[in-house]
Amino acid sequence: MRRAGLILGLFLTLLFTGAAVLSLVWVPQDIEALRIAERMQGPSAAHPLGTDHFGRDILSMVMVGARTSIAVALVAVGIGMGVGVPLGLAAAARRGGWLDEIIMRGNDLIFAFPSLLIAILITAVFGAGAVNAIIAIGIFNIPVFARLTRGAALSLWTRDFILAARVAGKGRARISAEHILPNLANLLIVQGTIQFSLGILAEAGLSYVGLGAQPPLPSWGRMLADSQTMMAIAPHMALFPGLAILLTVLGLNLLGDGLRDWLDPRLRRAAR
Amino acid sequence: MKRLTACALAGAMSVAGWAAQAGSDLVVGLQLEPPHLDPTSAAAGAIDQVLYANVFEGLTRFGPDGTVHPGLAESWEISGDGTVYTFRLRPGVTFHDGTALDAADVVFTLDRARDDMSQNAQKALFEGIETVEALDDLTVRVTLRGPDGNFLFNMAWGDAVIVAPESIGNIKQAPVGTGAFVFDDWVQGDRITLTRNPEYWGTPAWLDRATFRFISDPTAAFAAVMAEDVDAFPGFPAPENLPQFEADPRFQVLVGTTEGETILSMNNARPPLNDKMVRRAIAHAIDRRAVIEGAMFGLGTPIGTHFAPHHPDYVDLTHLSSYDPELSRQLLDEAGYGDGFTVALKLPPPSYARRGGEIIAAQLRSVGIETEITNLEWAQWLEEVFRGKDYGLTIVSHTEPFDIGIYARPDYYFQYDSAEFQTLHAALAEQTNPKKRARLLERMQTRIAEDYVNGYLFQLAIPTVANARLRGLWVNAPTQATDLTGVYWEE
Repeated sequence: MRRAGLILGLFLTLLFTGAAVLSLVWVPQDIEALRIAERMQGPSAAHPLGTDHFGRDILSMVMVGARTSIAVALVAVGIGMGVGVPLGLAAAARRGGWLDEIIMRGNDLIFAFPSLLIAILITAVFGAGAVNAIIAIGIFNIPVFARLTRGAALSLWTRDFILAARVAGKGRARISAEHILPNLANLLIVQGTIQFSLGILAEAGLSYVGLGAQPPLPSWGRMLADSQTMMAIAPHMALFPGLAILLTVLGLNLLGDGLRDWLDPRLRRAAR
Repeated sequence: MKRLTACALAGAMSVAGWAAQAGSDLVVGLQLEPPHLDPTSAAAGAIDQVLYANVFEGLTRFGPDGTVHPGLAESWEISGDGTVYTFRLRPGVTFHDGTALDAADVVFTLDRARDDMSQNAQKALFEGIETVEALDDLTVRVTLRGPDGNFLFNMAWGDAVIVAPESIGNIKQAPVGTGAFVFDDWVQGDRITLTRNPEYWGTPAWLDRATFRFISDPTAAFAAVMAEDVDAFPGFPAPENLPQFEADPRFQVLVGTTEGETILSMNNARPPLNDKMVRRAIAHAIDRRAVIEGAMFGLGTPIGTHFAPHHPDYVDLTHLSSYDPELSRQLLDEAGYGDGFTVALKLPPPSYARRGGEIIAAQLRSVGIETEITNLEWAQWLEEVFRGKDYGLTIVSHTEPFDIGIYARPDYYFQYDSAEFQTLHAALAEQTNPKKRARLLERMQTRIAEDYVNGYLFQLAIPTVANARLRGLWVNAPTQATDLTGVYWEE
């Protein structure tokens, strides 16, 4: 049963990443050319998911939109990990010290704000666009990774092999990099997957209110916003980007859960 | 009988008026909320949309077809040389605060509007005035610097409504006018309520109470009309939903014309748009039909210059900027932009701009011009584009009637500076002979079309969705107004 979730998650994730990668070299129809005469057609052989209000092929739009969503979420998670993990490691290494206090209280500060509202604020002040959306979402990934890293690292610091390393004369920074970090890898991969799915949701939300990727770059959130007033006449226009968001997020969550079970030796033993 | 003529004036079906039910309420949906309630000190058309003809009246007023009728001035005499206008005010007119309308109020209004410190958004309307004098309580003499064939038309604008010195202090929050409706309440962000003025000098309104509700989101607007939370929605923001309303017997859909020339404005002072060849290339790259169909679902009339097609002096110049991408590429090549260039396209919220912008961006891309699209809210747009002139291209509908004169203002946000056009404009102001005016207007229209100042797209249509029993609404929008004085419910 657990394995089934992992496989389904992996399948959905690969499906959408595959679509995004494929869209770099091929899409069924050029989405930059508008064909007003063919607008709002339902699904057909020529357009498996129908066409939108400008007559663009929705399948192609969803594929290119996957690229936007995945790119934004991936870079945002990268920012979160790249900044958050070293911060967490440093805080754990200096446990109880002033560095620990500064880092963790800073994290609390960011955590205290509702993330999507601040993301809206950032993009509204610095201008709407994919880059600012990445930064806004990335900032809110930092405390997640910092906390996770610190918590896990603290328990590792009390372990015997770390003591051995200290006795051998290694410094805190070196121990963090050589011994703590590799032992956190599983945890970070799992959390990264979950954050990735949240990043996709956040990007869709920002684009929906018009602060994410700007036209002509397609984005699932904006496809939803565009189709809003046409829901009664062309429901497929909202259905397919909505499904794309749902399935990608579901897939990533299943993948994350599955990976955690798979990678955690204790849970794996329990499953047997 | 008096009622009947008023109905006919308001474009209502006059005979059906007898079956009307006097009294009752009306809820009108509007997309934009006014920033404040003084029509004489802001450019925002949303103010007139609520108050014009309902609360405030001018010396003259616009009828539903755009013609000028007597308003607070019962009659007037024009001197032989066309420079002195003597207005006779209606007797017995009172403001909503009980003070009487007299010649001093008119002098106050016109002096305030043309003062150096005036905040009036259309100061050009008053520029020609030399002096304004009160001859007696009900007679005002306006002396112009020169003859102005447009003067009575100018006085009908929402920016020229008559206000009183007694109530001017608080006008932005509590407007006091002479109209058939009295301002009652403004719940900011939600609604403005007007009630019938029992003391009105003319034909009283049929409605007891009118509420304007502000619904900016097109989806919410659709839901509000469908649920019959609003009885009428002039300027319904989602044209794609109109067929649904048309098919529903509960509603009527009125599609009228407006004074809104929807244009792709170009910053004539910013390279490479300062090159006429480049502007011409952009004009030829645009397929108006696709824009009208794609952005407005077919509502709108193509235009080739900045002039309303329903105006008798309109000249069809669309052939000067016909859709010809091949020619466009060739022109870009000649102008030295064979490899194309990138330009900022800033879009305000209406769907004609947002959707039209995406379509035009795609059309420009196919001739090699890349656009950087930025979506702006109205306040940002006014700040950055209209006042700050920080833009390359933008799409906006110029909804003021007869506003070709803006091309004579080099500081206007197009930054178009043509001595020839300015001379023509000055000549027009002094010309009263209709034939000669028509000829001048033709030359003005041709001048800006041949200079490719802007990309001329289409005349904005105004769809009104209303309850099927509602009568007397304006179909066309000759000025920004929701005149409710002749609106009634049919039994």
